[in-house]
Amino acid sequence: MNWSEFFAMNGYAFYVWGSYGVTLLVFLIEIIAVRHRRKLALRQLRLMNESGDKE
Amino acid sequence: MAINWFKYSAPSTFYGLAGKLIPFFAWPAVILFGIGFYIGFFVAPTDAVQSEAYRIIFIHVPASILSMFIYLIMAGYAALGLIFKTRLSAMMASALAPTGALFAFISLWTGALWGKPMWGAWWVWDARLTSELILLFLYLGFIALQASIEDPRRADRASALLAIVGSVNVPIIYYSVQWWNTLHQGSTVKFSGTSMHIAMQQSMFIMLVACWLYAIAIAFSRVRSIILERESNTQWVKELTNTKGDQS
Repeated sequence: MNWSEFFAMNGYAFYVWGSYGVTLLVFLIEIIAVRHRRKLALRQLRLMNESGDKE
Repeated sequence: MAINWFKYSAPSTFYGLAGKLIPFFAWPAVILFGIGFYIGFFVAPTDAVQSEAYRIIFIHVPASILSMFIYLIMAGYAALGLIFKTRLSAMMASALAPTGALFAFISLWTGALWGKPMWGAWWVWDARLTSELILLFLYLGFIALQASIEDPRRADRASALLAIVGSVNVPIIYYSVQWWNTLHQGSTVKFSGTSMHIAMQQSMFIMLVACWLYAIAIAFSRVRSIILERESNTQWVKELTNTKGDQS
């Protein structure tokens, strides 16, 4: 079996790779979103701390 | 060997524990996704009826199982939060909802891409497909309801009720292929066994475990942010950000 045959999936390439590709994309987007949320939460806490120190 | 489990139900202790545990779930997930993919595409034979298209099963079935299980766990945490007023359980319920919604989406998406070549249609209003779509809407409803109520405690209570009532949909999805005459095929894996090739079973099982580990890792890391957001006015969170900055 060669690689182009493998990627062709016997004519079902769009359906098979469309399934796995979008799944991978969804996981990556979720990981980025979770990291972003953490960054925002920490930034918010730092802002609260700084304003608290000045008082 | 007395471990004080209640200690870890406090957000302040669970925050650190979850942080330490994440790599132990995330890295095995990555490795198992790799092994499951390898067995599914290079070891499992071509299907006699569906040719290569059947390989969608290795992600479709695990994602569908996870979408249902995560819902039940989310509803369980929401119920615990409602009954015992434990803060962490309500936070866990909110941390699980987006991941469950994404697995429901993956289930529907891969199902559509599988349905088109096999049935000739991306979508049919079949009992299995429709009840899975309702599951996605229940997740989205849970998330939207929480976001729409300003006070977190009231938001938790309202969304917990929605989650508990909605859990009736999960057995409906599971038994839909038996109760109704559906286009969707019956369960591939039953409690009584399966007719699948051994490599196909292995790939599907490994991908299922990988999805579980991924879901736990991502929910733990999301709940850490939720803890920081909700406990921002407590002393321990203030000390955490004052001394350690971005660390752990």
